[in-house]
Amino acid sequence: MTIGGIDIIGLTAMLMGASTPVLLAATGELVAEKSGVLNLGVEGMMIMGAVAGFAAAVATGNPVLGFVAGALAGALMALLFAFLTQIFLSNQVATGLALTLFGLGLSALIGKGYEGVRPPPTAKLDFGPLADIPVIGPILFSHDWIVYLSLLLVAVVWFVLRYTRAGLILRAVGESHDAAHALGYRVVAVRFAALGFGGALAGLGGAYLSLVRVPQWTEGMTAGAGWIALAIVVFASWRPWRVLLGAYMFGGITALQLQLQAAGYAIPVHILSMAPYVITIIVLVILSALHRHGVQAAPASLGKSFHASS
Amino acid sequence: MITLIRRPNPAKFWTYATPIVAVIATMIAGGLLFALLGKPPIEAIRVIFWDPLFGANAGYFRGQLLVKAGPLILIASGLAVGFRAGIWNIGAEGQYIMGALASAWLALHVYPAESHWLFPAMIVLGALGGLLWAMIPALLKVWFGTSEILVSLMLVYVAENLLAYMAFGPLKNPEGYGFPGSRNLQSYPSAHNTDLIAGTGLHWGVVTAFIAVIATYILMHRHIMGFRIRVAGEAPRAARFAGVIPARLVVFCLGLAGAFAGLAGMFEVSGPSGQITDSFNVGYGFTAIIVAFLGRLHPIGILLAGLLMALTYIGGDMAQLTLGLPSAAIQVFQGMLLFFLLGFDVLTNFRIRLGRKAVA
Repeated sequence: MTIGGIDIIGLTAMLMGASTPVLLAATGELVAEKSGVLNLGVEGMMIMGAVAGFAAAVATGNPVLGFVAGALAGALMALLFAFLTQIFLSNQVATGLALTLFGLGLSALIGKGYEGVRPPPTAKLDFGPLADIPVIGPILFSHDWIVYLSLLLVAVVWFVLRYTRAGLILRAVGESHDAAHALGYRVVAVRFAALGFGGALAGLGGAYLSLVRVPQWTEGMTAGAGWIALAIVVFASWRPWRVLLGAYMFGGITALQLQLQAAGYAIPVHILSMAPYVITIIVLVILSALHRHGVQAAPASLGKSFHASS
Repeated sequence: MITLIRRPNPAKFWTYATPIVAVIATMIAGGLLFALLGKPPIEAIRVIFWDPLFGANAGYFRGQLLVKAGPLILIASGLAVGFRAGIWNIGAEGQYIMGALASAWLALHVYPAESHWLFPAMIVLGALGGLLWAMIPALLKVWFGTSEILVSLMLVYVAENLLAYMAFGPLKNPEGYGFPGSRNLQSYPSAHNTDLIAGTGLHWGVVTAFIAVIATYILMHRHIMGFRIRVAGEAPRAARFAGVIPARLVVFCLGLAGAFAGLAGMFEVSGPSGQITDSFNVGYGFTAIIVAFLGRLHPIGILLAGLLMALTYIGGDMAQLTLGLPSAAIQVFQGMLLFFLLGFDVLTNFRIRLGRKAVA
């Protein structure tokens, strides 16, 4: 099925892979923000995950270890952020920016020897006859395990936030850290955990980028994916399923843009490459216009420092 | 057990001391990093911080210092005003590109003009390019409440793609034998931003940066607008009661920062860089964020921080040549500096007490 030289089934199948890095990072950031911390360092955590995952996969020849290393690197970066913002009570916006700048530099330093190297391949899961079903087969059953893991994580995050005691505590900390503290919950510990989880997912997303999507290491390869993940959390009004929707919309635009380039439309490449960023802005504007006079969807304590003063 | 006790007022001493402590801590941590990379740490620190100023060939490097510090100080001065008000423009890199593109477009459009008016017109267009680009996040914030952080940052990627498009397309040098990139403005006398005193690196952009420092000092410390900006940043509710209109502040702060960043781009493209290429921007817009914080968001502090940061750029280049230190190591170094600064800042606002927490 092709429309205007664009293969629709191929596009839809491609969309899931293209969305996965941003989906993982946005799901992680959602959890961090639900606990009341705005971590603007997603881009830095992602790129560290990308380089660490790549290096580990190349060194061991095992892509699974690469993903583990990517998640660990992202989590370590997030803990650095947590240490500064939760213990040293530094400004969250500035510290997040610092994390991004630091991550971009450190990843470039680590990645020096890996340019032009090919990582070990990640196999697609074998669904047997399911993959041969027309239309649904190539769209749903032609991916690697990380794609399915990312979907599972969205479901788990949704369930935990909504139906479990742990999720309730996390949300309480994010809505009013003073009230949560008064009830005896350990605000700082909860936030450390949420940030660490968010960092691990961002790192995993980064590793997916360098090990599967591209697949190679280039300096600054995340190219704003971390920032788009932040935008998607806002777009999603801090709800997990809407994060999925937002990430897939973004992935769809990216995939479409790549297909348009491949189909040879007479639009300059650089103008097409702007599309995901421009559309992200447009979507943000529409969303904020809709929410202007509505309920505030953001966690009430988002971005505020917590200090138990007495 | 360590407890933090909030100070009633920020400590004067630590306000000035933390940047210095942070620089020293970064030197130590940086030395460790260089040692890990197999480079002699003390020598590397000396090459970065001492040799460009006082070593052999220092004459050349001192000029480079102004060339690098100029755009950093100019951009950071504008950003700091917004940061004081809690308005986070982190897209200065994009505004810098747009300023350069607008002014280069004019110069190349009228090529080969010989007019004394061209350079001033380019300055106006450069400022305007940055200002209009910054108006996008400003107006979206005012009209729809859209986050200026995300919009200004997204626009950096849009500007980068536009820059590449221009370098490969409309602004490409027709006599460039197919190479990407525009004509070189350095060999275009009416558009060239030349050294005012040959060999010092002192060009109009550096002069503008000094003027920006003085202007923002007057704005922030002697003018009612600066007072409003500071109140809005430190006590938003009080500012509202005092009649400060947030929308005007957003437009003013983003406009000012955008114009300054656009000017920096204009002076860079017509001077040290000379050309619109797809790799024209080198991250001044992001490093300026570090400069603004290291300078404590204060104009004089920014002046000093800009010079220091420029020194790490030049010293980093030198260390790359003489010690083979990767250029990314300097980026890490700059990131660490911001971390240490933000971390040590706890001393400004809190007293640290060792011992058991008092029972409330």
